[in-house]
Amino acid sequence: MKLSMHSKVLAMLLSAGLFAGCSSTGETVGDGSYDSDVAPVDDGSTVYGGDDEGGVSSSALTEEERMAAEERAKMEALRDITTFYFDFDTAEIKPEARDVLVAHAQYLANNPGQNVRLEGHADERGTKEYNLALGERRANAVQRFLIVNGASRGQIETVSYGEEKPAVMGSSESAWAQNRRVELVFD
Amino acid sequence: MTKRIWTTSHKAVAAALAALIMLATGARAELLIRITEGADAALPISVVPFAENGSIPPGDKVANIVRDDLAMSGEFRPLSPEKMLSLPSRREEVYFRDWRMLGQRYVLVGELSRNGDRVVARYELFDVNQEKRILGETAAASVNSMRTLGHHISDKVYEAITGVPGAFSTKLAYITLDTFNGKPRYRLQVSDVDGKRAKIRLESQEPILSPAWSPDGKRLAYVSFETGKPAIYIHELSSGQRTKVADFKGLNSAPAWSEDGRSLLMTLSKDGNAEIYRMELASRQLTKLTNHWAIDTEATYDHSGDGIFFTSDRSGGPQIYHMKSPGAEPRRITFGSRYNARPRPDNTGDYVYYVHQRNSAFHIARTNLNNGEETVLTRTESDESPSVSPNGRMLIYATKQGGDSVLTVISADGGAAYSLPASEGDVREPAWGPIVN
Repeated sequence: MKLSMHSKVLAMLLSAGLFAGCSSTGETVGDGSYDSDVAPVDDGSTVYGGDDEGGVSSSALTEEERMAAEERAKMEALRDITTFYFDFDTAEIKPEARDVLVAHAQYLANNPGQNVRLEGHADERGTKEYNLALGERRANAVQRFLIVNGASRGQIETVSYGEEKPAVMGSSESAWAQNRRVELVFD
Repeated sequence: MTKRIWTTSHKAVAAALAALIMLATGARAELLIRITEGADAALPISVVPFAENGSIPPGDKVANIVRDDLAMSGEFRPLSPEKMLSLPSRREEVYFRDWRMLGQRYVLVGELSRNGDRVVARYELFDVNQEKRILGETAAASVNSMRTLGHHISDKVYEAITGVPGAFSTKLAYITLDTFNGKPRYRLQVSDVDGKRAKIRLESQEPILSPAWSPDGKRLAYVSFETGKPAIYIHELSSGQRTKVADFKGLNSAPAWSEDGRSLLMTLSKDGNAEIYRMELASRQLTKLTNHWAIDTEATYDHSGDGIFFTSDRSGGPQIYHMKSPGAEPRRITFGSRYNARPRPDNTGDYVYYVHQRNSAFHIARTNLNNGEETVLTRTESDESPSVSPNGRMLIYATKQGGDSVLTVISADGGAAYSLPASEGDVREPAWGPIVN
């Protein structure tokens, strides 16, 4: 079920590279998700699609611009991940989730009109009411992380479903691991 | 499924009990009953089929209901009517020697007669060894309520023999979950303690949780996500009228009634962290009872009605705490494992029951509050939501059987058991209602 984060990011980087290239015509980009302070990409950039290593060539870009575009693409790719997993009876954000959550936080910071709902969940083990509180604790942990990294409190709503809405049915370690989660739901 | 090693004599009991497996009838009844264990020291009792005078409704026979109730308690071993040598219905027809020969300790006889739209039962209970009548009463119920009449007689017989009021006339509230038109269907239901006469009280595609009985048995408090987030409602059963009492930002969960029915304990996180509050229902005024960075939840009053038990993970993992009076320093009750949660005290003040993790499994355990001794009562692995019968003798909880959640009833010391599976889907979060007169 879970895509390896690494390969997913790589794939997104490639397609996002393509996307950045297109924007070089100067047209308004996509869904308006880029803020105005995002530097436009120069004419003359060349995009090599497909499986080519490196994807983006930047002959006419300054190194700085190239880096910015790449960073932006990387952040966007990271934001494709919206579910974050936890260990049993903890609300500790895992190290591998941090970059992704930073990307979400920066996106929220750059888009003050954008709201997000954090849905906290627990696995089926233990008691339902404690799990409701645990799901909330997880959602709160993600909320704090987003705020520390630039999102504002007013953009974030949290709700806990406890163990009531499992992502995966069943009583295996793997099902439990996939059910202990916080999901980011953007409007 | 709960299993025990059977002695030879219990195999016969098991066979007799297996015959009790039956489908709940009636349009809305959804629970089955499956008796899985007989207690070791069950008392032999004969419930003789009642004589019938006049037009007695066919269908549920009062004596059968009494027999099933007593067997269900695990404390009695009713004799099958086919084994009886005679079928007396009054004292002068009872030959004690015959019943002694059959190894019986008690004999219940009676007759039913019609009085307008009511059925009157006259019944007598005898102690076989002492050749003495220990109970003789009449009771009446509407012709449509033979189960009410049967459960009433069971209560009286149980009390006459054990000295403890019976709880066969009490109700269960629980939540069922199945799928309808591809969507989850949560239903709050109320039934008799044998799963019969189930009635749906609320249906929602969103979760319904934590049903809690008011002390008078007339209202239920519960948590419903019907608006997309949790809120606490009070539901008056006779009228179906509902009041939303708590809908704060964050958690609104784990309602528990005070003894006088005027206030609710609840878990709120409106100030950022899960804390326990008391809400006066008339004024909606809140008093914060805990104030700690940990999760504090699952509060319930102790038997004195002043103190509360609750779950807190202030020690690192969830454990049971007792607060003697509002605001007093909480005292930790459980130490036996790293996960103990959702306390439910009994009516005597001697025990508190809770969910207890041992290795990777979750069981129901109890701690003797007088000496701190802990006993694990169940052997199944995913046990949740213990609820003690109002007479303190039985315990109902939810567990898994073949992937589905079912309700299981055991005696409070871990003995006899029956289970109440739903005909389809899950049944969970049982709440045993109070004894109401």
